[in-house]
Amino acid sequence: MSEYAIEMLGITKTFPGIIANDNVNLVVKKNEVHAILGENGAGKSTLMSVLFGAYSPDSGKILINGKEVKITNPNVATDLGIGMVHQHFKLVHNYTVTENIVLGREPRNKFGILSLDEAEKKVQMLSEKYGLQVDPKAKIEDITVGQQQRVEILKTLYSDSDIIILDEPSAVLTPQEIDELMDIIRLLQKEGKTIVLITHKLKEIKAVANRCTILRRGKYIDCVDITPETSEQELATMMVGRPVKFDIEKKPCNPGEKLLEIKSISVNDSVGVEKVHDLSLDVCAGEIVGIAGVDGNGQTELLYALSGLSPVTKGQIIMNGKDITNMKIRERNEAGLGHIPEDRHKHGLVGGLSVAENTVLKDFYTLKYSGKLGVLMTDRIFANSDKLIEEFDIRSGQGSITPAGALSGGNQQKVIVAREISLSPNVLLVAQPTRGLDVGAIEYIRKRLVAERDKGRAILLVSFELDEIMNLCDRIAAISKGSIAGVFKAGEKTASEIGLMMAGEKSKEASK
Amino acid sequence: MTKSSKSTNKTDQVWIDRLLASEGATSVLVVILGILSGTLIVALLGKNPSSLFKAIWQAFVGYYNKGKGAWSVGPLGDTLTYAIPYVLCGLSMGFANRVGLFNIGAEGQYTVGMLAAHAFAVCIPAFPGQWLFCMVVAVLAGAIWGGIVGILKAKFKISEVVATIMLNYIALYIYRLVALYLFPAGLTNRTYRTADLASTSILKGVFISESNLNIGFFFMILAVFVYWFIMEKTKLGFSFRATGFNKDAARCSGINDTQAISLSMAIAGAFAGLAGACVLLGSLKFGRIMQGQDNYGFMGIAVALVGNSKAPGIFLAGILFGALRSAYSLMQFMNIPREVVNIIEGLIVIFIALRAGLGKVQEYRAKQKIKKAREQEAAK
Repeated sequence: MSEYAIEMLGITKTFPGIIANDNVNLVVKKNEVHAILGENGAGKSTLMSVLFGAYSPDSGKILINGKEVKITNPNVATDLGIGMVHQHFKLVHNYTVTENIVLGREPRNKFGILSLDEAEKKVQMLSEKYGLQVDPKAKIEDITVGQQQRVEILKTLYSDSDIIILDEPSAVLTPQEIDELMDIIRLLQKEGKTIVLITHKLKEIKAVANRCTILRRGKYIDCVDITPETSEQELATMMVGRPVKFDIEKKPCNPGEKLLEIKSISVNDSVGVEKVHDLSLDVCAGEIVGIAGVDGNGQTELLYALSGLSPVTKGQIIMNGKDITNMKIRERNEAGLGHIPEDRHKHGLVGGLSVAENTVLKDFYTLKYSGKLGVLMTDRIFANSDKLIEEFDIRSGQGSITPAGALSGGNQQKVIVAREISLSPNVLLVAQPTRGLDVGAIEYIRKRLVAERDKGRAILLVSFELDEIMNLCDRIAAISKGSIAGVFKAGEKTASEIGLMMAGEKSKEASK
Repeated sequence: MTKSSKSTNKTDQVWIDRLLASEGATSVLVVILGILSGTLIVALLGKNPSSLFKAIWQAFVGYYNKGKGAWSVGPLGDTLTYAIPYVLCGLSMGFANRVGLFNIGAEGQYTVGMLAAHAFAVCIPAFPGQWLFCMVVAVLAGAIWGGIVGILKAKFKISEVVATIMLNYIALYIYRLVALYLFPAGLTNRTYRTADLASTSILKGVFISESNLNIGFFFMILAVFVYWFIMEKTKLGFSFRATGFNKDAARCSGINDTQAISLSMAIAGAFAGLAGACVLLGSLKFGRIMQGQDNYGFMGIAVALVGNSKAPGIFLAGILFGALRSAYSLMQFMNIPREVVNIIEGLIVIFIALRAGLGKVQEYRAKQKIKKAREQEAAK
């Protein structure tokens, strides 16, 4: 028998216009925890989709346990003992844990009727063996995200997978849940499983991985052994291709008057479930306030309410002394509210319009760009975008006339940032500004946000990356289940203390 | 809003890549494919396919009338006359399409436009300039009929597809009821007629007296210009286009998408309403009680698709469909079943739908290019 569980040799996979994997090698030894490190867009997920049979590679070969195989679809992968836990869970919310696990291969009794007793026992047994505590009879909608992830892992174990791929497993977890996940991974390894861990978080690699394959822009860079001596800096340099500064240089915060006052607002989501409950928060001129929390704790709805996309059911929003609670979106814009939305494809950009048109999306109707009769002044629109392209270093194939949809993610985000900053807002709402961007763009956008702070703007930042919040913000508010669990100055609390607050523990100061 | 500096970094593209990337070129390709397939069908029927081409040719340039001993450009006149409602209904479909809506209701908007024109042409005593008055009310009627759908869609999220289909039928039967019971009746020996239209309401003929070509043609050209101007040049058009490409982003940046949707459907309806007036007052010229749908509205969908919902494209596509319709009658003289025209029209629509397939070809070619570059690199 071969000593390798997976050998992917010379894998190339292209999509129109990009080479997602360029002659990539991945060799995973049996019973090791093998990390795949790379920035967003480095080709990690594509490589795993090839391994899991979702894509067929243009060239290259795959060996599983020393035997060459053709993985044409996910069922083949499952038969070969490969299980995958996707970043976005694939669970049916109103089914129980066991029902989800057996979905697609439901056990039947001799009359051909669904019989879950056996399966429940097996799930119970597996969850005890691997330390994955979940109730087999609980409904998915009633359990936490961390537990849902365990269900996904149990799914792979239930189908007797020996190789388990975890795609960005910590993205949706609190710091405490991440620690538990690390323990689970160690236990799985002890029980003889081979783990492939896709991530861009260096700490996790240091914590559990034996070896690490590094990808950069679709190319294989290196495969290194992870020892206690391996430095994070070294890994980061390999991932990015140049030395990286982890910390952001910024001047001490010098907060001015209150520009944004959120007074005990409640907000419902699109189906009428209350997602923000009685939330109050102030943001002053010249400071960045961060909202730390796990995805789905009301951040999205809070920003919808502040930006005017959805109404509040209770409370008041005061900006610059003016009550904007019932203002239309355009009125808020004119009153000086900027918004860099969480979902930049859905809310931030009109992909079919040109870069130039996107840069004036919020003020095209003003006399700056339109004549009195409502005719657009194309020259001015192009002059504006040429200036912004230059200033923000937006790279586009054909300059201002390039459709915004044809830009790379980082440049799309720069277009949005350029538009919002060029309108010089008093208050800037920023959600997940660096998600999915390459390190260069991340650094640039963070720098611009700090520069805006220094100009005296009030910035409210929502991010699911605790590191980003801790690095960038002057004050931090931990959010849990739609309420603020505590507000404190940056540096006052450690990541794990914040983590506890994100998990719902009210801080002592807040409960006073 | 495109500048003419498209030539940059395209020098390495082969002509076929350029063809695939250009919407206009693919439209032409689609039309040629449709006509070639029609040719094949004619050949399979055992007829001479050259007659088909001859008929289409004649629809543009006319033919030599032996009886009269003179060149007749009547078919060209027919082509342009048919093109009036085709283009206008194409504009109706296209305008809504640019705002992200699927307006199947041009037929109904056309019908209410025609009804309004009919009412004002038949119930009001003749006065000078009545024709213009009739056209204005037709435009308003079409706009209201389209606007209803727009408001239902924008405020209550009712599918514009379902709403327009329903309103198409409602329009037809309202027309019949009103024309049968409310309009002055025509002579009893002429069925399905109302009283005659006031002579001052008839659109004047222009250019080609052998056909029904009328001043409606100028209004059609004006409409094409208005379409282009609103869509590409005004801030209103900007908000329409932004809403059409991405409603959520438009809303998030402060554009009133509810207003954009309602207003654009009303404008779309206005174009179709104008088509109704032009057909009644320019081509038919008599008080008709509609028996069934005229199908100009539905053909407008095809016209807009072939024309890529852009003003010049819709104009050319409308002329083309007008020519096919004009060839329809010419083909009978040439002993070709005229239904071939319907088949060609249908095929063009099918080929348009296959445009997605061209995207696949583009994808494949891009892949080959990368592969080639890779090989060259390896060879070095």
